[in-house]
Amino acid sequence: MDVAAPSLPAATGRTRVPAWRRLLHSHSGLIGVLLTAIIVVLAAAAVLGLTPHDPIAQAPIDRLQGPSPTYWFGTDQFGRDIFSRSIAGVANSLTVAVVAVSLSAVIGTLAGVSAGFFGGRVRAPVLAVTNVLFAFPPLLLALALASAFARTWLTIAMAIAIVYIPIFVRVTRGPVLSLRESDFVKAARVLGFPTSRILFRHVLPNILPIVIVQVTLSMSWAVLTEASLSFLGLGTPPPAPSLGSMVLDAKTLVDLAWWTMAAPGAVIVTFVVGLNLLGDGLRDALDPRHGDSA
Amino acid sequence: MSHVQTVLGHRVTRRVVEAALTLLGVAVLVFLMLRVIPGNQITASLGTEASAALTPSQLAALRAYYGLDQPPVVQFFGWLGNVLTGNLGISQRTGQSVLDMTLAALPVTIELAILATLIGLLIGIPLAMLSASRPNGARDAAGQLVGLAALSVPGFLLGAGLLALVSKYFRYNPSAQGFARFLEDPGLNLQQMLFPALVLGFGLAAPIMRTGRSALLEVQSQDFVRTARGKGVAALQVQIRHVLHNALVPIVTMTGIQFGYLLGGAVVVEQIFSVPGIGRQVLIGLQQKEYAVVQSTVLVIALSFVLVNLVTDLLYRLIDPRVRAS
Repeated sequence: MDVAAPSLPAATGRTRVPAWRRLLHSHSGLIGVLLTAIIVVLAAAAVLGLTPHDPIAQAPIDRLQGPSPTYWFGTDQFGRDIFSRSIAGVANSLTVAVVAVSLSAVIGTLAGVSAGFFGGRVRAPVLAVTNVLFAFPPLLLALALASAFARTWLTIAMAIAIVYIPIFVRVTRGPVLSLRESDFVKAARVLGFPTSRILFRHVLPNILPIVIVQVTLSMSWAVLTEASLSFLGLGTPPPAPSLGSMVLDAKTLVDLAWWTMAAPGAVIVTFVVGLNLLGDGLRDALDPRHGDSA
Repeated sequence: MSHVQTVLGHRVTRRVVEAALTLLGVAVLVFLMLRVIPGNQITASLGTEASAALTPSQLAALRAYYGLDQPPVVQFFGWLGNVLTGNLGISQRTGQSVLDMTLAALPVTIELAILATLIGLLIGIPLAMLSASRPNGARDAAGQLVGLAALSVPGFLLGAGLLALVSKYFRYNPSAQGFARFLEDPGLNLQQMLFPALVLGFGLAAPIMRTGRSALLEVQSQDFVRTARGKGVAALQVQIRHVLHNALVPIVTMTGIQFGYLLGGAVVVEQIFSVPGIGRQVLIGLQQKEYAVVQSTVLVIALSFVLVNLVTDLLYRLIDPRVRAS
């Protein structure tokens, strides 16, 4: 995806250093990119089956072993390797988060852009649905939606997606309202370009930076939501490893074996810190109004 | 009545009507959600197996008894009418009315939310002031690091970890004995509320700190702050009287939104620390498949959330003359 196009009207007159270079030049952006890259590589390894041990194979003889060269993060009460389970859990969280955020970004952006661009008849229903979805605390809505369907990773992703759609509506509608009145869009109209061309060639590319930043930040919330649902026992169904249910299991074991909680906990914090730093870095690099916090 | 007041009055009326319409939408969504969930009042009260063994005439009688033979629209307005008259249904498990359960749980959650908000403000605002005092300097980095931690450490991890550490090394677990209500035993109640409020408050500090920092930075760069400094007003006094005072609106708005979230979003922390609040009532309802409880409780939470947002919105219109005039 081409992220090197910070072409919001407000950005004109600024020297055009490519956004990715500005991202990598800020310390937080660089750390964010690195942490996210490590996490994605580990998750890919887990998906390809390249974990040091089978994440769901039990080895009762080796149960509750501390960290060692064989078991890097130790083992749990069934003798399962915590490192393998952690990265398989990351892969699972990442899948849920990517599907959830992609769905909500596409649906929310389309709805927000239409509501902003067409106004009137489209605006009212979109804003009504948005307001209703915003009327629930996000975790509670995800919880209620997730339990309305059979528990699979896909339904969890869909529940999280529904919760985040209104956020994308809200962040895209405002900028589109002002873009609609901008000279280059008016000029395109006068030239007689079809609406679809104006939308896809002129409006959407201009709000892309906002959407990219929101996608990154929403990813971190989606990961946390999936983990929280699993911790409450209403997320990813066992025996598939999930960071949230690993912490839940560790609650009763942590007195005997601190690593059962510390390992998945450290992994999830690293994951979310990486995504948050990446999101902040992208916002600074893509959005000139937030340039003050390097 | 002056013109400005009339316009303000219209705007307030519009905001209230909007909130009422949103609530109607919320009721529709909650009703639809419950229709999607497999099972109904019959399977909920008799169990799935017994329901499957019913003869067609028994089934028809029960469906008529629960009103399930009515068209969905009629069912919806029947339910809405019940809710509006205070009939939130009855828990099959405890035999208690959901209204009584909610009236017992809601004050607990509100107390927790107030304590958490206080802690969040106590951590978040000084951190924001620290960060904004030297933008991009060492203090800023330290402040932002704490903010990042607050944003990234999930509540369930912090809560479970804190509980484990404190009970292992200090042999202290105030939640081990039954929950004490504030009016019965304020001392024990506050001890039991301290850790959940700390966990929630720490999480709350992140958005407060971030909003506060950018609001403070914006106010600091304005002319009147330079004038105050030029007059020789003490630095701390400038920070508090001039800068913080003018940066309050976004902070109040953010705190209001977060307070609303806490009313239903505290479910994880309530679960870890066994606090019998409203979030836990939903969770137990979901686990026991008591959909009447879930349905009404979720509706009550959304109602409180919309009301809190409405009050925040009207409140900052009152605080800030700029919003009032625009």
